[in-house]
Amino acid sequence: MLGLLWLIPVLPFAGFLVLALIGPRLSRTGVASIGVGSIALSTLVALLVSSSFIASPPAGHAYAQTLWTWLQVGGFTPGISLYLDGLALVMMLVVTFVSLLIHLYSTEFMRDDEGYSRFFAYMNLFVGSMLTLVLADNLLLLYLGWEGVGLCSYLLIGFWYTDPANGRAARKAFVVTRVGDTAMAVGLFLLFNHLGTLQIQDLMQRASQAWPVGSALAVAASALLLGGALGKSAQLPLHTWLPDAMAGPTPVSALIHAATMVTAGVYLIARTHELFALAPVVQSAVAVIGAATLLLAGCSALTQWDIKRVLAYSTISQIGYMFLALGVGAWSAAIFHLMTHAFFKALLFLGAGVVIQALHEEHNMFAMGGLRKQLPVTFWTFLIASASLAALPLVTAGFYSKDMILWEAWSSQAGSPWLWAAGMAGALLTSIYAFRVVFLTFYGPSKTQVRRKPGLRMQLPLVILAVLSVVGGFVELPSSLGDLPLFSDFLHTALPAAPSMRGGVSTEIVLQCSAAAVSLIGIYLAYLLCLRMPQYAESLLRTPWGTALHRFWFAGWGFDWLYDTFVVGPYVWFAHAAKDEVVDFIYGGIAGLTQRLNRLLSGTETGKVRWYATGIALGAVIIIAIAVIL
Amino acid sequence: MASVPMESGLLIAGVLFALGLIGVLVRRNIIFILLSIEIMLNAAGLAFIVAGSRWGQADGQVMFIFILTMAAAEVSVGLALVLQLQHRFKTLDIDAASQMRG
Repeated sequence: MLGLLWLIPVLPFAGFLVLALIGPRLSRTGVASIGVGSIALSTLVALLVSSSFIASPPAGHAYAQTLWTWLQVGGFTPGISLYLDGLALVMMLVVTFVSLLIHLYSTEFMRDDEGYSRFFAYMNLFVGSMLTLVLADNLLLLYLGWEGVGLCSYLLIGFWYTDPANGRAARKAFVVTRVGDTAMAVGLFLLFNHLGTLQIQDLMQRASQAWPVGSALAVAASALLLGGALGKSAQLPLHTWLPDAMAGPTPVSALIHAATMVTAGVYLIARTHELFALAPVVQSAVAVIGAATLLLAGCSALTQWDIKRVLAYSTISQIGYMFLALGVGAWSAAIFHLMTHAFFKALLFLGAGVVIQALHEEHNMFAMGGLRKQLPVTFWTFLIASASLAALPLVTAGFYSKDMILWEAWSSQAGSPWLWAAGMAGALLTSIYAFRVVFLTFYGPSKTQVRRKPGLRMQLPLVILAVLSVVGGFVELPSSLGDLPLFSDFLHTALPAAPSMRGGVSTEIVLQCSAAAVSLIGIYLAYLLCLRMPQYAESLLRTPWGTALHRFWFAGWGFDWLYDTFVVGPYVWFAHAAKDEVVDFIYGGIAGLTQRLNRLLSGTETGKVRWYATGIALGAVIIIAIAVIL
Repeated sequence: MASVPMESGLLIAGVLFALGLIGVLVRRNIIFILLSIEIMLNAAGLAFIVAGSRWGQADGQVMFIFILTMAAAEVSVGLALVLQLQHRFKTLDIDAASQMRG
């Protein structure tokens, strides 16, 4: 069964090829069945492979499969080879399963779109690239998948390319992530130059042997890889592209910009965790960046009126939690939150897609309201996802994953009460903005007429994801609540446990209770400010401080302004100035001189014969004079 | 027979040539231009004759015969041009035919 591993990334690629070559000639049903069918088959194979992996684990809890040697240059022989261990398996299942549901949803969501086959071709290419990234055995193949998903992200953000704003957003996403990718490429060069391989397992082993903890090379290499992860996962300071990426179709936002691609940075750090363990400075930088990002993005999410932008900032904030977990060495907690986040955030985006389509492309939450009765399935699933995002205690998946992160941020060796406090503040913000969306969209008076009700293919994924957003958390119960660490036990074959330093079960219970309390307080605050006493929020907003802060947070803490002023502006100015190249002056000058002489001489061509005769006579006189004088 | 001094002959030739040249440059009527060219040719012929008589050689007279022949040929071409000019532009003004300017 494990031998079928190669089929998992190949099937979506095959689907992409078929759709790209003959897609426009197929009927819509044909396109949908190829687009969804390839992912469904891939998911089926992934399930088979996983069940066989779990039932009879291969030696060393990892399975490698080499398809062929990619290239051979000197001692450098990267293979097209796949590597499956606990970490890759979890990622693979999440990617295939969430992709399948979102593809199914898209068949109905995109039904009236002209680019139907183009959409599914890109989506299949994305899934294939993402699976390549996840299953790659060496960093070069991982980088191929990494760039592949970046390309698909660009293509799908700019999917409705006739609007120049969408093209701008796509370009911004591509260029900003390119900054990180360049750092990552340099990191790969550095690793290969010093360790002589890019095969991940060898690399980690050699790094641990060759480099002592805290050595300059280990710090440089991990910092460069971190740069790549920051760009892809939209963390500070490279997070500015994600809110604009919402220009793409909503299923794209759900799949690429919430559930899978943006978590690639988390996966990369978890995959190369031995390297980060060698560089404690960089690892604590990861934690600090994560904490800062989750707070900043949480504040920005509070002030947005566009439902998709709230979710985008929320994604940045939740990935901040994952980075926080990675930074304190809680590898399993980060991957656990990645999984639950993939479920509930995909569900939130899909629900938002239903709402947007039902209200005829309305993105403004303040123009929505009262949809509870008109879209009941969407309402209940969206409510479950929001509860999961807000970490409603005991019954939601988000509670267990976020609680695990907060607990390890407190208790792990690299953790500190400060990081925990940042996480708690973020949790409060999260539950406020999550339920602000729910209350504004689904409660209150109805403001817009629903024009289109979602069909079965849009509602089924919502229901399945809602179930997962609840039961997804029960695979990992903390020691105070049943003590069932199935998920982290499974991952410990691939990722080490975080060494616990302070606190016992009693502390854990206290922290859990406070986290639960914070979540409930946040929901109550959202209820107060959005439904019960909106005039209080208004008056708060009308104070000078409130207005300034709102504007500042709404603009994402001014990062766009900062980059536009200090990076984009000077660059564009320089490009404009350098457009007329200095070297060109010489050649342009020669051409100009010749042209001027030509004009001068052609002026003597008057067409008057007598002038020519005069010229000849004068010339003869001059030549004879010269001959006589000399 | 008292021979004309060479200097006088060459002087006349030079004066004639200059008159012809001025005629070519100043006149706008193509017939007068052709007449002026004839004068220049004859000035050149005269210079040959004078030079031939100075050195007692027949070559100068041979050269003059050549020039006469060439002048006849030139006049036939020139008169053809005159006809064309009259036909195309309904005038004999040489400046009217100035289409080929740069």
